[in-house]
Amino acid sequence: MTVVDSRPAAASGPAATGPAPATVTLKIRRFDPEFAAQARWESYQVPFDPSDRLLDAIMWVKWNVDGSLALRRSCAHGVCGSDAMRVNGANRLACRVLVKDLGPEITIEPIKGLPVEKDLIVDMEPFFDAFRAVQPYLITDDHEPTRERLQSAEDRARFDDTTKCIMCAACTTSCPVFWNDGDYFGPQAIVAAHRFIFDSRDAGADERLEILNEREGVWRCRTTFNCTNACPRGIQVTKAIQEVKRALLFRRF
Amino acid sequence: MATTAAPADRGAPELAAPRSPRRRTKPGTAKARSNFELHAWVFMRISGLLLFFLVLGHLVIMNVLDGGVQRVNFGFVAGRWASPFWRTWDLVMLLLAELHGTNGLRTVINDYAERAQTRFWLKMLLYTSAFLVVTLGTLVIFTFDPDL
Ligand code: SF4
Ligand code: FES
Repeated sequence: MTVVDSRPAAASGPAATGPAPATVTLKIRRFDPEFAAQARWESYQVPFDPSDRLLDAIMWVKWNVDGSLALRRSCAHGVCGSDAMRVNGANRLACRVLVKDLGPEITIEPIKGLPVEKDLIVDMEPFFDAFRAVQPYLITDDHEPTRERLQSAEDRARFDDTTKCIMCAACTTSCPVFWNDGDYFGPQAIVAAHRFIFDSRDAGADERLEILNEREGVWRCRTTFNCTNACPRGIQVTKAIQEVKRALLFRRF
Repeated sequence: MATTAAPADRGAPELAAPRSPRRRTKPGTAKARSNFELHAWVFMRISGLLLFFLVLGHLVIMNVLDGGVQRVNFGFVAGRWASPFWRTWDLVMLLLAELHGTNGLRTVINDYAERAQTRFWLKMLLYTSAFLVVTLGTLVIFTFDPDL
């Protein structure tokens, strides 16, 4: 189906006077349990500018072709972490990739391994369960200081990488172990634990390590590196997991 | 609107729609806490490293060095096993390889067998076969009689 671009012609830039805008095919995995038990693939022709992000193209479909297309997005600038999806087989934030970098046909699916509720929306509860289970908050056993809890720059740098997580679930839902075993805590929960385990102000490291030592904890990780590839924040996820393993190892032996 | 077939997927095969994984228990609850998985993990690294040398050495001796596999017969084995060194080598290789492989398959079963019953029976099969191989192998190594 060809859809006429109903957007006002781009007001600025050379594209406005140049040839007809380029188009791209979005192939989206649609699922609506109210109408069909099976998911189906739909293709949409979408015009785009070189500066358009994938999220812009998807929203164009939603606004101009099919308003029932369901997805989560909020900030549109890679901050809120709500629009993780599987793009051409790899997990990406739709607001962080440009359409022009993705080829003439873009395959879009919900992130994998979580129950799909509708189209690109998945049930994030199992993901949050794992997050909650690692106690992702400051645990202390000393008296509350009257001022802030100070920390040296080196101590702060120790866990800097894992503070950047925006909980988009791109890592956890790119993990083949998580796909097959929903009990596995998944990379994100380990990243969240890492952020506190290696914080010099925190006193709950042992407890968290104990949790991650469980049967479905860090030992399930097979260093596939899918999580590191998927993370839109560039967090070295696999490295963080390995550091937790090492901490467990040296605590035991 | 064109509806097309599913694309070639990258990675594991697709889970059935709506693609929910099995979930056995809530994380962080109930599960017995033990160091078993940690020890299994360490065992895999160490045995893997040792097996690398043991198996390569075994392959070279059996298949490459003077005459290779052609010279292997009862007499050859009897000659080798006259020395406790080679008996130990073979025993260690047998135990490490069997346990390394068993633990690897245990992980694969945990990953891919969806039903609790299937998991249980597959693992029973695995452990039985491992037990048989280890017992039989150990028995032969210890009771081998060159004057047979
Ligand atoms: S570690 Fe990266 S990919 Fe995983 S949830 Fe956090 S931001 Fe997303
Ligand atoms: S919409 Fe907020 S991260 Fe993409």
